[in-house]
Amino acid sequence: MPILSVTGLTKTYADTVAVDDISFSVHRNEIVGLLGPNGAGKTTTIDMILSILEPNAGVIAIDGLDISLHRSQAIARTNFSAVYTPLPGNLTVAQNLRIFGRLYSVKDLPSRIEEMLARFDLVKFRDKKCGVLSSGEQTRVSLAKSMLNNPQLLLLDEPTASLDPATARDIRVKMREFATQGGGGVLWTSHNMYEVEEICDRVLFLSHGKIILEGNPKTLPAQHRKKTLEELFIAVAREPLTLREN
Amino acid sequence: MSFYRIFTIVLRQLYLIRGSFSRVFPLFAWIGVDMILWGFLTRYLNTVALPGFNFVPALLGAVLLWDFFGRIMQGVTIAFFEDVWSRNFLNIFATPLLISEYVSGLVLTSILTSLVGLVVMCVIATIFFKLSFFAYGLMVMPFLLVLFLFGIALGIFGSALVFRLGPASEWFIWPIPAFISPFAGVLYPISTLPHWMQFISKILPPAYVFEELRAIIQGRTVSWMPLVIATVLSLLYILLAYWLFTRIYRSALRSGLIARYSAESVS
Repeated sequence: MPILSVTGLTKTYADTVAVDDISFSVHRNEIVGLLGPNGAGKTTTIDMILSILEPNAGVIAIDGLDISLHRSQAIARTNFSAVYTPLPGNLTVAQNLRIFGRLYSVKDLPSRIEEMLARFDLVKFRDKKCGVLSSGEQTRVSLAKSMLNNPQLLLLDEPTASLDPATARDIRVKMREFATQGGGGVLWTSHNMYEVEEICDRVLFLSHGKIILEGNPKTLPAQHRKKTLEELFIAVAREPLTLREN
Repeated sequence: MSFYRIFTIVLRQLYLIRGSFSRVFPLFAWIGVDMILWGFLTRYLNTVALPGFNFVPALLGAVLLWDFFGRIMQGVTIAFFEDVWSRNFLNIFATPLLISEYVSGLVLTSILTSLVGLVVMCVIATIFFKLSFFAYGLMVMPFLLVLFLFGIALGIFGSALVFRLGPASEWFIWPIPAFISPFAGVLYPISTLPHWMQFISKILPPAYVFEELRAIIQGRTVSWMPLVIATVLSLLYILLAYWLFTRIYRSALRSGLIARYSAESVS
């Protein structure tokens, strides 16, 4: 059974179709890249999986639990980190982790917080307010929060966007460990195609709310007569209809 | 419902208050100023008015109760505004927290913060102006209960409005107690008001409280039925306010308001 199953998901705003009848799944130990140009529907899709946005149609099941019927239990199995959603800047790193750890009912929270502080190199920032941290440090706090409850499904929206290359690589290694050793699945959005090729087992290309391509990021470009994933991305952004017909 | 998660909302507020003088100060500052201002005014009125009537319980007691009501309402709305100010909706509503737990957490936060204000008010009124709030004994409890319930109702209602209309609309919420006070008869009998205002008073629970408070001060027998009506009305308003909040939350889920709240794009 996939850890995330999305079937016929659709979201419209007035006359605009943001997500158009998409279906996909994420399995345990798998990192799936959700790719596409700005406005393709990636964040809308993630918002619906997080249950902060209601779809017009479709079913989302996390670990077999339909989120429209079992929201709290399903969401307890997930967590997320998004570059555009920092944790409250007026609380310290430790306070934020304690508050969100409690909201996710994390067992043995104090030791789990210590573990996350150490894993994301945040020990020295423990009592600093998040608002005074650099954007890269805030991203690491957000990632630490996202791992607190050892989620079955981890949603990462451009998680390395504000990180320096060395830290970004370190984070990728940690996420790969999480997927392979923890038994969870990851849905990852990024505009860094090098990163996607390195970390993702499978990618989904979204354009105008539809999934137009799916496959292994290492072999997908050649299948569509492109040299690199970045070239393929640009083609998706500029001429999606041509690619769908391939 | 999980009390653990409800208390987490309270804990968040305690962390914020603990680390911030600008949050601690308003818990007692304005009500302290009100007590001193009205305390001296009533003391002055006692010197110029006819002997036999004590303005201290009539005016200062009323102001104390009205401030208590205002603190309760603001206790709810400020706890909610913390999520508005820190742009925290996406983080908090993407957790397993239920909307009923969130609202309960706001209410519990308000109870704790307004207790601080109540203690400060009682201390000032007792020490400086000889208004023994507890001289009324258990009789004061129904008055406090009605004002507490109505404050909660207005706090949830105000939070719902800001949730729907966006961050800038918080300025609609601060003056709500001031808008209500003329109709509530805090400082004068409802019979003083024109007929159309008296009609509005009938649907405001605080109006019943202050009418009966004056009855006690004048040595008349307290009629309990108005307080029962006020309690029922307050409970009804809590239900209506909670219904409105959940309706706006559900509408926000459909419109995408939670993810784009600060843009005020859905107002």
